[in-house]
Amino acid sequence: MVGVVDVFKALADPTRRTILDELTARNGQTLFEICGRLATNHGLGSSRQAISQHLDVLESADLVETRREGRYKFHYINTAPLEPIVERWLANPDAEGKPT
Amino acid sequence: MRIHLTSVLVDDQERALRFYTDVLGFVKKHDVPVGGEDRWLTVVSPEHPDGTELLLEPGGHPAVKPFKDALVADGIPFASFAVDDVSAEYERLRGLGVRFTQEPADMGPVTTAVFDDTCGNLIQITDQPA
Repeated sequence: MVGVVDVFKALADPTRRTILDELTARNGQTLFEICGRLATNHGLGSSRQAISQHLDVLESADLVETRREGRYKFHYINTAPLEPIVERWLANPDAEGKPT
Repeated sequence: MRIHLTSVLVDDQERALRFYTDVLGFVKKHDVPVGGEDRWLTVVSPEHPDGTELLLEPGGHPAVKPFKDALVADGIPFASFAVDDVSAEYERLRGLGVRFTQEPADMGPVTTAVFDDTCGNLIQITDQPA
């Protein structure tokens, strides 16, 4: 079970947020494509190993899913862990304070 | 010093020859037996018949398969070729059943795409203003 703390920790890093931006632009990317987009669209010259580690953090927080298709591995954004954040503070602004 | 030859390590030379000629459109330049079933097998671009040759090199060494598998899993191309128009080439190759792991994407000054050569490699195509 992924806790909300993991989600916030994953989102706390700007490179990881940019990875999610790029997966929103095109879902289902190889590591190679993600690295290329970060370098050319955002000037992020992180090593492939560093990006791979960022993806591991995002995957641990369930914000990224990897799927093997044949011999290739693709990364997909998963926004489901963000829904509790919306539920808690945005979805019902008139509600009394809810227990955590 | 000049770059006269470069190579891709292929799983099967005959299948590679068919893919690199029939599908990609290169032409065979040299085809010489070199022992066993291995051949010195090169192709060139029809636009540059005296240009850089691409050696379709047998990938039988035991280190080759794990190396290639790891590159392919991460979507990393083994070689990169130039085309006039990546999007047009993407449509043409897709029509021939070629599997792309990266659809055309703007990467700064170039557009790139990546496809599977059916011989264990990913290949990148790029276009860039002349």
